[in-house]
Amino acid sequence: MDVTNYVILAAILFSIGAVGVLVRRNAIVMFMSIELMLNAANLAFVAFAQANGTFDGQVVAFFVMVVAAAEVVIGLAIIMAIFRTRKTASIDEANLLRA
Amino acid sequence: MGYTLAFEAISPIANTQVATGSFAYLWLLIALPLIGALVLLLGGSRTNSFGPLLAVLMPATSFGFAVYLWLQMLGLPKELRSQNLVLFEWINIGSFQVPFGFQLDPLSMSFVLLITGVGSLIHIYSLGYMDHDPGKRRFFGYLNLFVAAMLLLVLADNYLLLYVGWEGVGLASYLLIGYYQHKPSAAAAAKKAFVVNRVGDVGLSLAIMLMFVAFHTVTFAGISEKAEQGSATVLFLIGIFLLIGAAGKSAQVPLQSWLLDAMEGPTPVSALIHAATMVTAGVYLIVRSNSIYDLSVAAQNAVILVGAVTLLAGAAIGMAKDDIKKALAASTMSQIGYMVLAAGLGPIGYVYAIMHLLTHGFFKAGMFLGAGSVMHAMNDEVDMRKYGALRGIMMITFGTFFVGYLAILGVPPFAGFYSKDLIIEAAFDRSIIAGVATLLGAGITAFYMSRLILMTFFSNKRWEDDAHPHESGLTMTIPMVVLAIGSVSSGFLLTYNDALKSWLAPVTGYQTPEPPIAIPVLIAITLATVLLGVLVAVKLYLKEAARVAPTDVSIFTKAARKDLYGDAINEAVFMRGGQQVVNATTAVDNSVVEGSVNFIGRITLGLSSLVRATQTGYTRNYALAMLIGVALLLLLAAIVRL
Repeated sequence: MDVTNYVILAAILFSIGAVGVLVRRNAIVMFMSIELMLNAANLAFVAFAQANGTFDGQVVAFFVMVVAAAEVVIGLAIIMAIFRTRKTASIDEANLLRA
Repeated sequence: MGYTLAFEAISPIANTQVATGSFAYLWLLIALPLIGALVLLLGGSRTNSFGPLLAVLMPATSFGFAVYLWLQMLGLPKELRSQNLVLFEWINIGSFQVPFGFQLDPLSMSFVLLITGVGSLIHIYSLGYMDHDPGKRRFFGYLNLFVAAMLLLVLADNYLLLYVGWEGVGLASYLLIGYYQHKPSAAAAAKKAFVVNRVGDVGLSLAIMLMFVAFHTVTFAGISEKAEQGSATVLFLIGIFLLIGAAGKSAQVPLQSWLLDAMEGPTPVSALIHAATMVTAGVYLIVRSNSIYDLSVAAQNAVILVGAVTLLAGAAIGMAKDDIKKALAASTMSQIGYMVLAAGLGPIGYVYAIMHLLTHGFFKAGMFLGAGSVMHAMNDEVDMRKYGALRGIMMITFGTFFVGYLAILGVPPFAGFYSKDLIIEAAFDRSIIAGVATLLGAGITAFYMSRLILMTFFSNKRWEDDAHPHESGLTMTIPMVVLAIGSVSSGFLLTYNDALKSWLAPVTGYQTPEPPIAIPVLIAITLATVLLGVLVAVKLYLKEAARVAPTDVSIFTKAARKDLYGDAINEAVFMRGGQQVVNATTAVDNSVVEGSVNFIGRITLGLSSLVRATQTGYTRNYALAMLIGVALLLLLAAIVRL
């Protein structure tokens, strides 16, 4: 199968993720969108690795998964902390750093 | 009289010897009083017991050594008398080289003998005068410091080392004027003397800088060798700057205002520093710089003008003062005016300036010590209107004072007759105006000195009730007697066989004055003027003087009582003017300097408030910014085909 299709699919997934991060206010949904973007990148890595016949891209994909897992752990902990103090998961409420 | 009727002109001899034999130890002259000062000032109260005696011993030893060196020098031929001793190379930066060297020639020898001789006498006098003062160790320490600095001033072989001594005497003068620290007036007087002297010192330092720029040397020998190469403007400017320096130290108009206030210091200080030695440093500076002044008639004229104005101003102030020390200080100002005027006359006057300086050193120091003795007897009262009829009670003080009085009047054969009369002759040689000024000064001097002596020793008793006058002790009367002997004999000795003239001429040069009026006639006119001054004073003050100064007096008397408004002028022009300048610069600082700094600050603040608008605190805004940034970077990479 042509690698172009995978890349197009990855681009579509990435764009959906990016739009999701930008437009959604719920922290959980934003996190899901970020995961979508990461996985779009993973898809591209794996597709190129398959096309080139090497494992490099596949190895990177595993690293991304590990990083994503760690990021989710920390991110969810922060979201929990914010939820406990503010009784909401809306990201717009956490704007105390505004100048 | 020491006249040589034949015209005579002697040029200075430019020849210095490397000091050998006992002259190689001439640094001891300075070192001895310096050691005394260090021991007394650093030793603390454990030197209280022997300190004053040590302080007397040090200058006295210096004096003994100076006399020995003087006798040695007299044995040398004229052209070998200038001894130069370089201790080490002091400053060596590129082409700027200054030795730490001393020069002992007949001119500095005269000063060394005066400083150590009169200085030792006044140290002895101070033993009696300061006997009851708890802080006398400090006093003697400062006095020794002064003697050391003054000797450094006259022994230096270059202007920079002279400057060190110059500042040293300024410091000692400051410390001693303010010696009675508990009196605010003494502290203010000390500060005033220091500040006014600073103005003069700026002049001297400018002169030294200009010498270096023009001649690449600051040694006396180098300057006299190269002075002829200087342009007229440079020589004139150096002469003027040196004159400013001399005016500051010697209390000449327009820097005269500090001397009368300096009388706040103890009386021995007034006698030593503010009559006999330090205030004559300006005269020394001008005579020492003869190679500059001989080449610039304009600078000489400025010196003559300053001298003439000061001698009249000092005499005018002296007529109106009731404070005995201030009257004597005004007289000092006036007499130094004579010396400065004589120094401005060039080779005609240098020798006479130094001669008057030496005789004045005797009679004025003697009179100051006499004034101190009177104050001592009258519970430190300085107002002459509270004295009167003291001659019978204080015989020795009166006798020595009277001798000094005759000397300053110029009555033959006392010292002032020889020295002052020669200055009047020399002044007439130069210009009638200068001559008339000196003649007038002699008349006024006769009036105010007669007034002083009549109000103090003659006239009616006007004592305070608790005054019990008595003669002072031997430590005080012996120096007065010695100085009185000097006041009688020094004029004759210095002119006998042209002693001082042939002694100094190899250093300063000499030329016989040829006044347009015959000399015997001139002497007669001078004596008549003096007699007139005395008679006016006798008429006014012999019988009785008012116990309180009369207030319905002429504007001239009012002006003279206020030092001819010297302080008022300084306040109006320099103090108020200075305040205006400060206010103006403060305004400029606030509006321009601080304004521009604040402007930059405000610009930054405005820009930052613009940039701050982008910081919304909404995460998605930051995410969008990142996305756009990444997209732009990728676009850029695509464009340049990275």
